[in-house]
This record gives sequence, structure tokens and C-alpha cells, in this order.
Amino acid sequence: MKRHLLEVADLDRADATLVLDTAAQIDQALAGREVKKLPTLRGRTVVNLFYEDSTRTRISFELAAKRLSADVINFSAKGSSVSKGESLKDTALTLEAMGSDAVVVRHSASGAPHRLANWVRGSVVNAGDGTHEHPTQALLDAYTIRRRLGRLEGVRVAVVGDVLHSRVARSNVGLLHTLGAEVTLVAPPTLLPVGVRSWPAEVSYDLDAVLPKSDVVMMLRVQAERMNASFFPSAREYSRRYGLDAPRMAALPDDAIVMHPGPMNRGMEIAAEVADSVRSTIVEQVANGVSVRMAVLYLLLGGSPQ
Amino acid sequence: MTYLIKGAKPYGEDAVDLLLEDGRIAAIGTELAADGAEVVQAAGLVALPGLVDLHTHLREPGREDAETVETGSRAAALGGFTAVHAMANTDPVADTAGVVEQVWRLGQEAGLVDVVPVGAVTVGLEGERLAELGAMADSAARVRVFSDDGHCVSDPALMRRALEYVKAFDGVVAQHAEEPRLTAGAQMHEGDRSASLGLTGWPAAAEEAIIARDVLLAGHVGARLHVCHVSTAGSVEILRWAKSRGVQVTAEVTPHHLLLTDACAETWDPVFKVNPPLRTDADVEALRAGLADGTIDAVGTDHAPHAVEDKESEWAQARPGMLGLEQALSVVVQTMVEPGRLDWRGVADRMSVRPAGIGRLTGHGRPLAVGEPANLLLIDPTARSVVDPAALASRSRNSPYAGRELPGRVVATFLRGSATVLDGKATR
Repeated sequence: MKRHLLEVADLDRADATLVLDTAAQIDQALAGREVKKLPTLRGRTVVNLFYEDSTRTRISFELAAKRLSADVINFSAKGSSVSKGESLKDTALTLEAMGSDAVVVRHSASGAPHRLANWVRGSVVNAGDGTHEHPTQALLDAYTIRRRLGRLEGVRVAVVGDVLHSRVARSNVGLLHTLGAEVTLVAPPTLLPVGVRSWPAEVSYDLDAVLPKSDVVMMLRVQAERMNASFFPSAREYSRRYGLDAPRMAALPDDAIVMHPGPMNRGMEIAAEVADSVRSTIVEQVANGVSVRMAVLYLLLGGSPQ
Repeated sequence: MTYLIKGAKPYGEDAVDLLLEDGRIAAIGTELAADGAEVVQAAGLVALPGLVDLHTHLREPGREDAETVETGSRAAALGGFTAVHAMANTDPVADTAGVVEQVWRLGQEAGLVDVVPVGAVTVGLEGERLAELGAMADSAARVRVFSDDGHCVSDPALMRRALEYVKAFDGVVAQHAEEPRLTAGAQMHEGDRSASLGLTGWPAAAEEAIIARDVLLAGHVGARLHVCHVSTAGSVEILRWAKSRGVQVTAEVTPHHLLLTDACAETWDPVFKVNPPLRTDADVEALRAGLADGTIDAVGTDHAPHAVEDKESEWAQARPGMLGLEQALSVVVQTMVEPGRLDWRGVADRMSVRPAGIGRLTGHGRPLAVGEPANLLLIDPTARSVVDPAALASRSRNSPYAGRELPGRVVATFLRGSATVLDGKATR
């Protein structure tokens, strides 16, 4: 493993498999325990540096670090010196001086974790940067697929929605490709980046054609405000053409699963009956997120799972 | 001071001696002698007319922490320049006779290069109404080049009027070609790399659409148009077409667009963030070909100093722009001279003669001949060195060439017979 986890390209197939295997070991070690805590990172300090509101990701990382017995500091950009104009570099140097071992960073600017990694000695974990990447989300998605379907090699994954603005999509395309899955991106052409043809993925504009050939459907969050910039005419039209509703879900193969990184727009990209169906792994993804992030912190910071 | 330059090769041709006296080239010949003259040994050095930059940001007034007229002038002299056009996007904006005269006067006081102010096309660079272009033309600064650089004059009716209006004093509008509706929030060239980096793309079409529109307007009203920092292969094609139709259009390319590509963005180092953005290998090749065949008339540095804090940040927060004056000639040597695409006369044409002509500067861009103003430089084309930003004369450090080995060292620069650079060091 490299020292940082900045993007999924930092992980080769062996590294990525190690993270998933470690997460499985951790799940096993904690299964049935009353005290869900391992002493692995006792005395180590993990800083959650969040420049963007993301309660679910922050809580997931916080829980992961705490279950490994690390000391956790939450540094939120809101109401801190950052809002008074402190630069990312100065914040990094401050955290460095306080002796943090790992910085988990969420930032609205693509590449911010890469910049941060220049200025701190500890490990940097990208918890989502702009429209670039969200590697731990891709890892937890891969972990979820492997648990449900028993494999990743050859699994057909449709990633549907606002690919253009999605860090989840970028990380998933890269990681799933590394792990041998076959990805098809499905979106209106306006929500696919120019240059998408260079990605290791198929591209389709037609959700109905792709669904019968998919083992996994991963729905991306689509912001209704995008219609104001003419990415699509209206939320209704988007939903009709690219939303996953019950009739469309019925077109999936029998064992296929439905995923969503959250937070969902029920009624926009995903119908309530789909989100709440047995095919849905949405709640599992949240639980798996903690295990996968424990595995990442453990592997970056060292120690051995008990 | 009288200088006797011994054994220099004008335009890389036969070695001769040049006597500089009273601001002019007084004699050219072999075995020249002159009592009391300071002798400059120039064996192996190439002599060129002093370079002229159509596109320099000197930041004064307003951002003296990033550059001043004096520090920028020194950087220019060290790069072999004897005249630079100072862009108008200062604070306050150079949109009145008062501001352009201030910049012009500061340049005279520094005395290292002729600082030629560029006037804003529109008041405050806001693209709404024309600045007093005539007043700037008539001022002591004698402005002939007008530009809202940093902003595009995107309103087609306003652009048409600007092109027409400056004909009265033989001016030229230098357009920053960027359709703003197509580049909202743009961070880098739109293509494969922006897709994977998740940075908002700046499509080539946003530049090409404006150039296409403007050459049609310039042709329609019979006015001169200059296109700043051309960056795409498509732009070169449009310019070639327009020139073939007789449109009075000229264009410049920056050194960085001749050398660097959007692959630099993969470092996430905002020193490589610039507007227009670094493009692809195919664009670089088209720009070199365009400069070689004259479709692109000039090299313009777009020297854009930025304070450390404006670059040491996240990519999206960083200001666009990079230094260029001190390495411009070296980059041209590497990309054009060494591969045989431009000879030294070609370099003189694209970096001195044509830019001086576009700016209507009478004392620059003149041939190396007896009786001409003694504006010239000496370059050692064989020297190679690694660029160290800390060693630059610019007040800023945002050089995209840091750590890169480049050929060519400017040994001396003369402005009207006075040495501004000797032994590779500024004289003041």
C-alpha cells in the first residue's frame, strides 16, 4: 500500500483485494461482540478535516477510527479559522504541528487531498474531492458487491446518472475495472464528460437496454437544480428516462442488486419502492462503509487486527 | 557609453564586430576598433534585435507584491527584451490616460526596457462601454494596443465598435478569445484529462468561436485585429483561413503553449493553471507549425506573476497565469530553433520585427544594420541551464519551467546603446 489513499489509481489489484479482505476479517472479528472495538490504533490520532458538509461520511470515518481505538478530532471548515480565510496549507501545517497520524479530508475542490499530501507527513485519505474521486466509497461499493454476489470478476455494473459531476462514478469506474468488473455508464449525453470514451467503461444513453444485462445497478444522486443549467429539461423528464422505478427493476436479472451511495432523491433517480426493496443494498452499504474505512486506516497506519 | 561587441553572429550568420554609439549601431565590420569603448567579447554568441513582447502583466499599480514595473522590466531585460506591452488589468485598470501615463512613466524611470502600456477596451474591463481610447492614444504613453485581456470583449456589437473606433489612430484591439458562457468555472482544457481529473473543462470551441466571429467582424469593418495567446489547433486553422481572405488579423502564441500540455495538470500543482489552459500534444504541434509558417505572427509571453499565496492552494482557488519573460527565448530555441523549424532570422521576425509592427513601435524590431537604434541582445545558444525560480528577477516565483533544463542563455541586452544586461546580469 502507498502511504496515502488519494485516488483509486493508488491501489493495484492486490492492494484493493487486501483492503476488501481486511474489511472482511474485521467484520468477522467484530461479529457478535458486545464491545465493537479493536485496540489496533491506540494512541494514534486521526483528523477528520471536512471542508464540505457530509454528515454521513464524517460519521462513518469517525466511527471507523474510534472502533480502532484511535483518537479522533473533527475539524469542520464551518465555524473554524478556515472560514476566516486560513489557507489549506496553513491548516495542514497546524494539524502537522499537533501530531496527527492521518488526515481524512473532504473538500469541494478536486485535487485538494493531493495538495494536502505535499504538506503533511502523515497519511492522507481522500474522503471525496470535488468532482474528482471518492475512493473509500468505491471500496465499500466493491465490498458490498462481493458480499452479495460472491465475486467481482466479470460482474456487470451499470452506473446511472450524473457521471459528469460524480466523484463516486470516477472512483467506481477505476476500481471496478482494476478488480475485473465490467462497467457501463448510463446517462443523458449532457451528464457525461467530454473524454469519457477514454475511460475503461462502456457508455450508453439507454437505461432500458442496459438493465437486462446488469448484475448491479448503481444509481447516482442527481441534483434537480442541474436542470437550471440545461443538463436536462426537467426533473420529471429525467426521472422518466433515467430513474429506476419498479417496472424497470423488474427488467433486471433475478440476482441483480440495486445500489446508491446516498443521500437519495426518492422519486427523482430512484423510486421509493426500489430503494426499500430486497434488491436494495443501500443500508448495507452504510454498514460496510465503516468496515472498509477501518481496513483503510488500519492498513495505512499499521498494526494488526485482533 | 560606447560598446564594441567583438565577434558576434548577427542572426547566427558570419561573425562581425558591432560598434554601439550614441544609441545607434554606428558600425558593423571585422576588426573594428574604438578608443574608449567597452569591449564585449561575443565569440560564439548570436546577436538578435531586442525582443518585443506584446503581452506582459507587470501588476503595477495594484499588486506590487507580485510584480512591479521595475522588477518586471528587469526580468524582461534578462530575457532579451527591449520593449514590453504592459497589460491593462491593473488596479486601477489602465482605462484612462492617467493610468497609462503612470505606467509609462514608471517604465521610463526603471529604464530597463521600453514599457508600452496597453489600454483597456472597456471601462473597468467590464465589457459594457468603451473606455476613452482616443485619450489614451493621444497621451504621453501613445497607446496603440487595446485589450481587456483576462476578459473577452464578448459582446459582438461592442467588439465591432471597438475595432472600428481604433482605426482613427491606427490602433489594434488585442482580443482575449474566450466565450464566457462556455467557460464558466473552467479549470483546464476540456478533454480526456479533465474528464478523469474531475476539473471543469475549458473547451477549445470557446476560443475558436470568438476568433471566428472576430475575424469576420474585422474583415467586415476593415479593421486590425490581434488575437492574444492562441492555444488550439482549430484557432490556427481559422487564422490561416482569415489571412488567406485578406483579413488584417495577427496572432500570438505563448512560450508555455509551445512547450507544455494538459498532462501538467495531473500534478495538481496550480503553477500549471493558466488561461487559456495548456492543451494537447496535437495543439502544441499545430501552434509550432503555425508559428513556423507565419500564420501565428508573434510570441507573446503572457508573463503573469502571482504572489505565493495565490498559487499555493487548491487548483480551483489558484489564480491562472505563469511567468514567461526570462525563459521565453529559451523555450523558442528548444521548440523551434533546435528542431529546425525557425532559423535565427525567423526568431527575430516573430519575437521582434512583427510584434513591434503590430504595436506600431518605430524604434524596435529594426534590423541589425548601421544607423539603426542599438536595441539588441546576445545569446549563447549552446548554454543549457536548469530553471531555478528563486534565481529569477521577477518578484514572483510561479515559473512552470522550475527544474526543467532549457537551452540558450541571454548574455547581454542593449537598450538604445546602453547595456541593461551584461554577463547575464542586469546592470541596474
